[in-house]
Amino acid sequence: MDAIKMQGIVKCFGPVRANDGIDFTVEQQEIHCLLGENGTGKSTLMNILFGLYHPDEGEIFIHEKKAEISNPNDAYALGIGMVHQHFMLVNQLTVLENIIIGKEQGGLFLDPKKCEEKVSELINRFGFQIDLHEKVVNLSVGMRQRVEILKTLYRGADIIILDEPTAVLTPQEVEELFKILRQLKKDGKTIVFITHKLNETMSLSDRITVIRKGKVVFRCKTADTNEKELATQMVGRSVETVVAKRGNTSGKAVLELKAVRLQDKAQETVSLTVHAGEILGIAGVDGNGQQELEAMIVGNQKVKEGSILIYGTPVEKMSVKERKKLGLGYIPSDRHKNAMVSSFSIAENFLLGYQDNPEYCKRGFIRFDALRKDAKEQVERFETRLAGLDQEIGQLSGGNQQKVIFGRETSHDPGFMLVAQPVRGLDIGAIEKVHKTLLELKEQGKAILLISAELSEVMNLSDRIAVLYEGEVSAQFANGEYTKEEIGLFMTGKRAGGAKG
Amino acid sequence: MAGMNNFLALMLQLSVPLVLGALCGTIAERGGIILLGVEGMMLLGAFAGVAGSFFTGSAFLGIVVSVLAGAFAGWIYALFCLKWKAHQSVVGVGVNLFASGITAVLLKAIWHTEGMSDPVKAVANLTVLVLSDIPVVGAFFKNQSPYLYVMLIIVAVVWVLFYKTKFGLRYRAIGDQPHAVQTAGVPVNRYRYIAMMAAGAIAGLAGSYLSLPQNNLFVTDMTAGRGFMGLAANIFGGWQPVGSLLAGLVFAIAQATRFYLTDLSIPSQIVQMLPYIITLLILLFVGKRVKGPEALGKLVD
Amino acid sequence: MKNKKMIQELGKSLAAIGIALLIGALFILLSGESPAEAYGALLKGALGSPKSIANTISKSIPLAFTGLAVALGSRCGMLNIGAEGQLHAGAMAATLTALQFSFLPGPLLMMVSILAGILAGMIVGSIPGFFRAKLNTSEVIVAIMLNYICTLFTSWLVNGPVKAQGSTAQTHVIPDSVWFGRLMPQTQLTGSLFLLRIVAAALYVFLWKTSVGYQLRAVGANASAAGTAGIKVSLFLVLSMVLSGGLAALAGITEVFGKYHRFIEGFSPSFGFTGIAVAILGRNHPAGVLLTALLFGMMDMGALRMSRVTNVSTNMVTVVQSLVILLVAAPELIQWHNKRKRG
Repeated sequence: MDAIKMQGIVKCFGPVRANDGIDFTVEQQEIHCLLGENGTGKSTLMNILFGLYHPDEGEIFIHEKKAEISNPNDAYALGIGMVHQHFMLVNQLTVLENIIIGKEQGGLFLDPKKCEEKVSELINRFGFQIDLHEKVVNLSVGMRQRVEILKTLYRGADIIILDEPTAVLTPQEVEELFKILRQLKKDGKTIVFITHKLNETMSLSDRITVIRKGKVVFRCKTADTNEKELATQMVGRSVETVVAKRGNTSGKAVLELKAVRLQDKAQETVSLTVHAGEILGIAGVDGNGQQELEAMIVGNQKVKEGSILIYGTPVEKMSVKERKKLGLGYIPSDRHKNAMVSSFSIAENFLLGYQDNPEYCKRGFIRFDALRKDAKEQVERFETRLAGLDQEIGQLSGGNQQKVIFGRETSHDPGFMLVAQPVRGLDIGAIEKVHKTLLELKEQGKAILLISAELSEVMNLSDRIAVLYEGEVSAQFANGEYTKEEIGLFMTGKRAGGAKG
Repeated sequence: MAGMNNFLALMLQLSVPLVLGALCGTIAERGGIILLGVEGMMLLGAFAGVAGSFFTGSAFLGIVVSVLAGAFAGWIYALFCLKWKAHQSVVGVGVNLFASGITAVLLKAIWHTEGMSDPVKAVANLTVLVLSDIPVVGAFFKNQSPYLYVMLIIVAVVWVLFYKTKFGLRYRAIGDQPHAVQTAGVPVNRYRYIAMMAAGAIAGLAGSYLSLPQNNLFVTDMTAGRGFMGLAANIFGGWQPVGSLLAGLVFAIAQATRFYLTDLSIPSQIVQMLPYIITLLILLFVGKRVKGPEALGKLVD
Repeated sequence: MKNKKMIQELGKSLAAIGIALLIGALFILLSGESPAEAYGALLKGALGSPKSIANTISKSIPLAFTGLAVALGSRCGMLNIGAEGQLHAGAMAATLTALQFSFLPGPLLMMVSILAGILAGMIVGSIPGFFRAKLNTSEVIVAIMLNYICTLFTSWLVNGPVKAQGSTAQTHVIPDSVWFGRLMPQTQLTGSLFLLRIVAAALYVFLWKTSVGYQLRAVGANASAAGTAGIKVSLFLVLSMVLSGGLAALAGITEVFGKYHRFIEGFSPSFGFTGIAVAILGRNHPAGVLLTALLFGMMDMGALRMSRVTNVSTNMVTVVQSLVILLVAAPELIQWHNKRKRG
């Protein structure tokens, strides 16, 4: 019998088809992995099932009965519970209170005893170990996740969805979680497990559905497949040919990371070197340490262990401003949050980060003539479409915003460029322009660190590639040494025999 | 001993609007809404009480009118904050100014005077026989306004609602993590509307205390900062009903003391400053620990 | 593009004023008076004669200073609700300095006293800024506490240690060498106007032409991007409140040096709070603030005549001003009005 059957699900966000006609079936009492890279529509699909989003098209059947799920209450009523990637817990309340909230025992007045009895019963049945009277704020991440699972069980869920549950856990905690999930299955529960990690998928699941770009590309029994096949299905076959001419990877070392610990849970530290005239690409699924790497290099996050050098100078104690003076150009992954001020004009945005430079600032006053001259030159160089330099940057398209930011960050002759997710949300024309620019910058002898969740982008542009997995470098090699499928395996947990390069 | 009793009686009298004002802050802010408008809602209540008493000839109906007016103001306040997503602190400033203006305008329209209204039927004080003769404690039962007892009942009811009922559990959680409560299937905004109306009703009641029993007439801007002081007491009391009660009493002591300082050399203004200075010092020294609701000012759809 | 947005903003402000006046008219009607007559009297009282125009401008000056103060804070993302306390502190400090150092020559004394007042406002303003930057405590709560502390403290001074003879709580008169000269006889319009214009122009230049002002605005518009650009966010949170406090102090100082020539208890009919309305309606821009202050000054001045000619209280003006705050504070509400107008 099918526990879940979703048919022809379509969900659009503006022009983006996050779910593009997905058929998804889960059988009763199985652990089903929903596998795919970030942003492929896995979470969207599950949020539809849980009643947080409403599909534009398609039908849902729960236990082979057609279901209308318009909010989480409907989902709970059908026996569907969800553990979100970002926990939905109230820090100042106790574990018990968090579990029962919204479905308390007793009438108007709380019946704490009855609540506790009910929850204790669950805890004993599934062998959880947790103190019900501890405040959530004092719990470890793994414990908080157990509270979330208990929450769904308390609400009588027999279908439990877990959204990337292992992303925040240590290996030991992952083992504990798997034990619990297997126990739940034995007890008759159906489990949907969203992930991008192949080893977990293989060791935990009964069946697998792979999603790529909003469509189901592969379904199988876990016993009938292997990691290599899954990796291929997940990242897709490489169709484009490599664009980059292999650069000179033996230039002067410009950026060096020496034994830097990216994530607290990571067991190994990371060491990387970017040379003048090369692009080092960082591949990996989002959330495996890319954000930390980016923030630590630019100075938005403290380096707890290890050291970062630019032109041989340790910078980890330096302010953002001082690092920029050393020749750091920066294209942040979150453009709106970190790279621009939407309500400011293009000219004013061109000043951001360089407001103290003598060419733009004389005795405290902004030299608008010089600023506008440079800004004009750069927007022309990048063929930016705009109404004028006084236009608010927030009114430009994403691609044109990115061109302004590229113009700004490259016009001060940086020796090193930190480029993170440079084409996220851009259209094809803008993507091409950005990629051409990166290759030009390399030709000019700049050292470039390219962080991207798009594997094809990394493979097309980089001279060398390092793969991040769980805050560690799982492989480092010269581009061309490995196929896309092999890199896909490194991205999902396999390790290269010896890190080369 | 008589002096002590008089002082206690005075302190209790002064504590009523402060405690109720603090409670308004507690109720609204535990649900995540910044309520700077207590002062204004209190003033509206003070006026509505007198106007109600004037038109109906009954002080009791006057109180009813003030409570209804406060609840209505709370509803409008919630509409601005929740539906129209206004800057919550700015709405508070607007409400306070509005109350100050509109009460004066209506005062002139009804009584054709500036500054103060005609006297109306007032609420008499109570003395509980026998108990009022007990030393010290007797002050609590002797010639006190029924408001004092109502105030204590309200504090008790809010405490029970907050900590003993499921609605209280949900509501307290809303102030810290509204999204979590929303996903647990609780209609967050409905709780907030109801809470804002309750806070408004209590502010209205507090206002009517200033106009009906204490003066039996309305004077422009007669709240004189008690709403803001109530908010300070709410912070001082750690955003808790009982804390608000105790903090309100402490602030009332500072206010009562000034009537006794004429012989001493400490000027009354300095004593009046103390609650504010103490609150600032508390914020300074326990700054990170005395935390209000985590989601203060955060909305959900 | 920029002009279009400015016209939109102006339209929203005008709509807010229009709706506020309409609701005000409704209240006037309810109290049994004629809105046309009342508003007519208001207009005549504010602009009826050269003298009334001068007094209107004079009434707008303290509102403009507090409006500029709030606007500067808002540009950095800080709501300075403490202008009331800052202007009390500033007025008192300037008055006491002028009294204490009366032996100094006039121009020097004037400068020293004004600076002392500004400094006092800055110190008071820095406190909420510090709480926000270092402890992440709401600057609003702290500023409200400081309003009471400052008004009570100055009240104590003016009732006690520095009280002049007589029944009124006021200080001695400051030396006439530091009085601001009247611009028109028998009106209250004084040299404060020049000071205001200079300060407003300087504020404009500071915010849009200097690097420090640019950084301040960047922190207010996107603190995260500002931090990534190497701007010290917490420093600017404090700095903006310090400068805002200084501007608010000028509201008190100019009232003392221009109008009363002494510190009188209760001289401010909550200039600080009205300043918030002025700043919001003026879109936190110096020019907008000056215009809005003038509009509010008109209302304040005209209200006197309105209350004489009709039975409508002067406080009707406060009602209209508060409605403007509420309407402008709720972006979704005004959008709704726009939509309704189009539909």
